[in-house]
Amino acid sequence: MTILLPGTLTDAYRMLSDDPDVTPVAGGTDLFAHWPENRVKQSTTYLDLSGLAELRSMRWTKSELVLGALTTYWDVVTDARVAAEFPNLVTAARQVGAVQIQARGTWAGNIVNASPAADGVPVLLAYDATVRLGSRDGVEDIPLDEFYLDYKKMRRRPDQLVTEIRIPRRTYQRAWFEKVGPRKSQAITKVGVAVTVAGETWRIAANSVAPTVCRCPALERYCAAVAGAKGQPLTSPSDLLPAIRSDVSPIDDIRSTAEYREQVLARILFHALNDAGV
Amino acid sequence: MSTNSVSIETTINGEKTSIDVTATERLLDVLRYRLGLTGSKEGCGEGECGACTVYLDGQPVNSCLIPAYQVRGRVVETIESIAPEQLGAFVASGATQCGACSPGVVMTAQWIVKHPHLLQSHGLRELMAGNLCRCTGYDGIIDALTETLAANGSAEEPVSGQDR
Amino acid sequence: MKRREAIDKLTGREAYIDDIAIAGVWWGCTVRSAVPRGRIRDIRFGAEIDWSEFVVVDHRDLPGPNQVAMIENDQPVLASDRVRHIHEAVLLLAHPDRDRLREARRAIHIEIDEEPAIFDYRVPPPADTVQHGGDNVFKRVRIDKGDVDAALVAADHVVEGVYETGAQEHVYLENQGMVGYVEDGVVTVKGSMQCPYYIHAALRHALARADNEVRVIQAATGGGFGGKEDYPSVLALHAALLALKAERPVKILYDRDEDMAATTKRHPARVRHRTGVTSQGRIVAQDIEVLLDGGAYVTLSPVVLSRGVIHASGPYHCDNVRVEGRAVLTNAVPFGAFRGFGAPQTIFACERHMDVIADELGMCPLGLRRKNLIQDGQSTSTGQVIRDGTDRIEILDRAVRDAEFHQREAADRAFNSTHPYLRRATGIATFYHGAGFTGAGETYLDSRAQVVGLATGEVEIRTANVEMGQGALTTFVKIVAEKLAVEPDRIRVAEVDTFHVPNSGPTVASRTSMIVGRLLERGCDALCATLGGDWTGDKFERELLRWHAEHPGQELIAEVRYEPPPGVEWDDERYEGSAYGTFAWATYAAHVEVDLRTFGVRLLDFVAVQDVGTVLDEVLAAGQVQGGVVQGVGWALMEECQFVDGAMANHNLTNYSIPSSDDVPPVRVVFYETPYAHGAQGAKGIGELPMDGAAPAIVNAVARATGARPAVVPLTPEVLMRVMGSA
Repeated sequence: MTILLPGTLTDAYRMLSDDPDVTPVAGGTDLFAHWPENRVKQSTTYLDLSGLAELRSMRWTKSELVLGALTTYWDVVTDARVAAEFPNLVTAARQVGAVQIQARGTWAGNIVNASPAADGVPVLLAYDATVRLGSRDGVEDIPLDEFYLDYKKMRRRPDQLVTEIRIPRRTYQRAWFEKVGPRKSQAITKVGVAVTVAGETWRIAANSVAPTVCRCPALERYCAAVAGAKGQPLTSPSDLLPAIRSDVSPIDDIRSTAEYREQVLARILFHALNDAGV
Repeated sequence: MSTNSVSIETTINGEKTSIDVTATERLLDVLRYRLGLTGSKEGCGEGECGACTVYLDGQPVNSCLIPAYQVRGRVVETIESIAPEQLGAFVASGATQCGACSPGVVMTAQWIVKHPHLLQSHGLRELMAGNLCRCTGYDGIIDALTETLAANGSAEEPVSGQDR
Repeated sequence: MKRREAIDKLTGREAYIDDIAIAGVWWGCTVRSAVPRGRIRDIRFGAEIDWSEFVVVDHRDLPGPNQVAMIENDQPVLASDRVRHIHEAVLLLAHPDRDRLREARRAIHIEIDEEPAIFDYRVPPPADTVQHGGDNVFKRVRIDKGDVDAALVAADHVVEGVYETGAQEHVYLENQGMVGYVEDGVVTVKGSMQCPYYIHAALRHALARADNEVRVIQAATGGGFGGKEDYPSVLALHAALLALKAERPVKILYDRDEDMAATTKRHPARVRHRTGVTSQGRIVAQDIEVLLDGGAYVTLSPVVLSRGVIHASGPYHCDNVRVEGRAVLTNAVPFGAFRGFGAPQTIFACERHMDVIADELGMCPLGLRRKNLIQDGQSTSTGQVIRDGTDRIEILDRAVRDAEFHQREAADRAFNSTHPYLRRATGIATFYHGAGFTGAGETYLDSRAQVVGLATGEVEIRTANVEMGQGALTTFVKIVAEKLAVEPDRIRVAEVDTFHVPNSGPTVASRTSMIVGRLLERGCDALCATLGGDWTGDKFERELLRWHAEHPGQELIAEVRYEPPPGVEWDDERYEGSAYGTFAWATYAAHVEVDLRTFGVRLLDFVAVQDVGTVLDEVLAAGQVQGGVVQGVGWALMEECQFVDGAMANHNLTNYSIPSSDDVPPVRVVFYETPYAHGAQGAKGIGELPMDGAAPAIVNAVARATGARPAVVPLTPEVLMRVMGSA
């Protein structure tokens, strides 16, 4: 195992372009689990980002909230301004592990670890975030919505680094986030869903129900139609199942069942829509 | 830096220390096996149980998930830095039974005691959820924390079980 | 009294086995089978490793019989030609460097010709999977009281039910660990354990050594819950074998994954009930069948079965009871002791079934229980007449009052009728737990304890019972300090070391305070008798010092032996008589909220009312109840061992969830104290009782909240969804 310790972002870009097999690491909460027994991970070359001050900031522009790549969940949990404007970020962050993990885990790390169960990603998707990738060749912005290609596959070239997550500042009439896990804290999601409504635009993103965390376009259309009184009114959770089945493809695994994930996603959305008077 | 060791400077329990670490070493193992600071325990090796909780720049973290080189230039505090005099309520309330989770529990609990403003937004049970205990059912721990906070005059009524 | 070792534990100074620096120690590890059953064809050592650096032990290195001495000696220390379960130990390795050791373990390939295996304990074994006796049955027990068949025919109603409970992992926070070394020719092991003399016997047997050639020392033990009752005998043998061959100390320390994969769990169980009742709710016949999955070797299954069967009929009086119990072999990692020891499984079934009966009769579940709870003068299923003066109805009523059962029922009904997806209700369970070993077990153990008057005027307690979190150290000191009216700091507790402490039996079965504590009281009496009077306080110390002045250089040891209480008779053939010296009694009440969106169950409130005899220490006793209840909450709702080919697939704390502080409300504890004449200060056992009641109370509450009839634990959201779908 080799660790590369860049002093600056420029160093980091150079190291990444020199060796395409390098794995960037921030908080390490995913990468270092079961470390002593993990031979594959131990033979990897890591690029340690923890020393790069440039990636540490969380800042506001007129139109965006910008999370630097080293922004942790805890940074967000303790930020009153984020809580006021993007409450779902705080809600989601508080449900990642517990305080020890929140202190180390980063939003950017959660994105590039690319777990289908990633807890930070649904809310970012629902808030229409963009991933900024940096490299020696410059900067590229990719909507998070278009970032994932397949299970653990994403549109990050090996020489690129996520440097920022940019979240547009918009007015939302509604925003929900629901995580369902085996217990309240320290839980891996069985099914999760984040929803925002801005005007007539619905954004719905779900995790643990597909090879990647994903937007749910059929559900979005369906909900927008129902809300706009253009569709049939909802009478039961099963009304949502056709849309769910066209959007996601849950599986049976060690953490839950496909049937449960599908049913619970339908039920959560149904009751959330009901609560909202939709 | 490869598998060969590298020397890093860090502050551990108030003392500037220089240690040689390899790329694969975890902070927990360096503390326990190299520095003899065996108070931090390994319960799971994957950041679930919190028995290895230490402070990194004042924040509780799982030392089993931290590669040792990442603490270069930073401040580490372990259970060995906690004065027993602060723990009266933990003895009286039955906050420890088998003791294997206790050092981690105490680290998180003392962090809450030092940052009582957290209770404006969080319940004690949520803040303590990263420290699994199999013996007490948590009541002894929560009671001790509540008492300690009250004794410090920092007891705005903690929000209990606030839903997230 | 403050817990003796509390500050050491809270500050991390307590030395568990991995905290003790040992000069020259090597690390040891275990190479295990990857298949559930088969014949070992070949073991290949990878060429990438320089094996001359390693010590390698296999079954041929055993000086004695290749058997882990337990109830039946059927389990090999290291597999020789065949394996019976995944993770069965085949080889042991030692090396000074832990990472090299891990690499080496990965470089060994054990080739096994697979044979047909059986994993479902509920089906009759196909002939080619029979591996024990003619039918894979490890043990059968049967209780027969009255005439069940006639009573069933005569009953107004017969209510049937089938209940299943899953395996449970102990998750003691300190993983298993043991160091072996040879000192002056004595094979010594030191580590985390509940039963030093079990290990002592296992070492003597398999290493073919005399009593004084093996030595067992307990290190601080970070939780046990039964998980460090039987398994440490295996681990100790492994550490000892490596130490003998390496000629140096060797430490084996499991990480969490290995610990969860390879060590024992709670026995999965299926219990069938067929109950005859009158229209007024009087139980007139109980026909019960108990089936346990024993796993691949016998380990403690016969005695787990025994306790389960005896507790199966519940704390109720019935003239006609038949309980048939079987523990059977499967090719799963062996199941073993876990807090409650068979009783939580059968009590879950019984108490869940009581609510089903109440449902069928249209009765209140409280009324049904009141009508049938054993009264003084009535007898249990084994014919043991209860006459202990405990007010069992009051225990039930207290739980009902404290849980505001009736007020909440009304409020919950209103809430449930308006809330779109949350449903609330309270459930209860009434139950009992026999304290100490079953039947003649305590007599057979023949426990000995010593109270020693030291020349310093202090007193030393010598027992083989360990502190593992439950507070034995503090309780023992308190018992002796109060008996002699001396300050607790004048009392020492000897390190648990088989060279220095007598065999006072294992630290299991809720027996430590009650039985060994009582031995210590008698030891105090014996000590005073030697000193010529019932001395206490300063007088005692003066007399003790005087004795030592008169007997320079001598030790003043008062040793006492267990004597069964009068009238305790047990017939092990017919399963009749006094199954236990005494029982603790309890009613638990759980208030839950079921989320119909997620089928998740949230515990809102929990009340635990029990009579455990005299409470020796309020804080320790409450801690036992609260911890036991939360362990029960985990078993009831979230702790699911997922087996693939008899091995736990989710063997880590990420995928096997135990309750965190955020998942449970405060557990409200109430004690009634009806003293037991033969327990220390009147105490009965307390350690296991709290594990019995949470699951049935919670599942009963879920049933009342939803109208469904769940009959399974763990009642995970996925299972509840299925149950409600078919309801």
